[in-house]
Amino acid sequence: MDKQELMQRLKDEIIKQLKLEGTKPESIGDHDPLFVEGLGLDSIDALELIVLLQQEYKIKLNNAEQGQEVFRSVSTMADFILEHQAKQV
Amino acid sequence: MSPEDQLNITKSVIIRNNSIYVDGNIIYEYFKNDNFLNDSYESLDNNYPKFYKMDVLGKLGMLATHLLLKDSDIENHLPSDVGIVLSNSNSSLDADIRYFDSVKSFPSPALFVYTLPNIVTGEISIRYKLKGENAFFISQQFDADWLHFYISHLFQNNKINACIGGWIESINSDHDVCLFLTERKESKNGINFTAENLNNINSLGDDVSNILP
Repeated sequence: MDKQELMQRLKDEIIKQLKLEGTKPESIGDHDPLFVEGLGLDSIDALELIVLLQQEYKIKLNNAEQGQEVFRSVSTMADFILEHQAKQV
Repeated sequence: MSPEDQLNITKSVIIRNNSIYVDGNIIYEYFKNDNFLNDSYESLDNNYPKFYKMDVLGKLGMLATHLLLKDSDIENHLPSDVGIVLSNSNSSLDADIRYFDSVKSFPSPALFVYTLPNIVTGEISIRYKLKGENAFFISQQFDADWLHFYISHLFQNNKINACIGGWIESINSDHDVCLFLTERKESKNGINFTAENLNNINSLGDDVSNILP
């Protein structure tokens, strides 16, 4: 799966996991901030994103600081997942 | 209590049997059987995206409070003067069961945060920026005497000048809500804040009220 496909899949998964009713995948920009501005997610949403990574991609975050970088945007999430998958090969 | 301290029930909302009543008048009926809460929210409120993330108690509280405070002059009261006193019989059991089910695969943080009954009072407080006294009581059934006693006590001790009170219950997709707004003010349409009048308000559409465990 290339980055573009992964970002599309992530947008669908984020909407479903976080119950963002009324939000369409195409309205989420690849580089839009996920928290505060942009999608306006909160701390519970951050925990749900951690669950999403663990459930769907078998990736565990090592620390909270890492989350701030990883969950900056859909693009940074995709980069992190691809990097992790490359290390597994 | 002096006459100027007269307490009035200035508005009421009942949600039961897939119907919603405001001040005794039916305003919404739902004839499908799949998604009463989301569909009624989208018809009557639809201005608070966090609604979709809430548990059933939270959604019922949001919907009923929106209707209770709509067109009211609640903003004339200081945020610290508006209390919230709610009750039910099953606590957060509905959310507890859903969370327990999620634990079997992967625990959901979003479900976990709703595994206390008083979360709905917090959700109402956040949306309407209310900062007054609040409480959530567990009783076997709608207890008008207790609600009247406790809310009156808050008024008498000058803790509040208005109060959102009542009953918010849901179990096995059966919803039962009786919310009332009590204010210390003259009101043309209001009725006296008494236990008897609370029971009268709660008797509307009474087939499934007071759901027992």
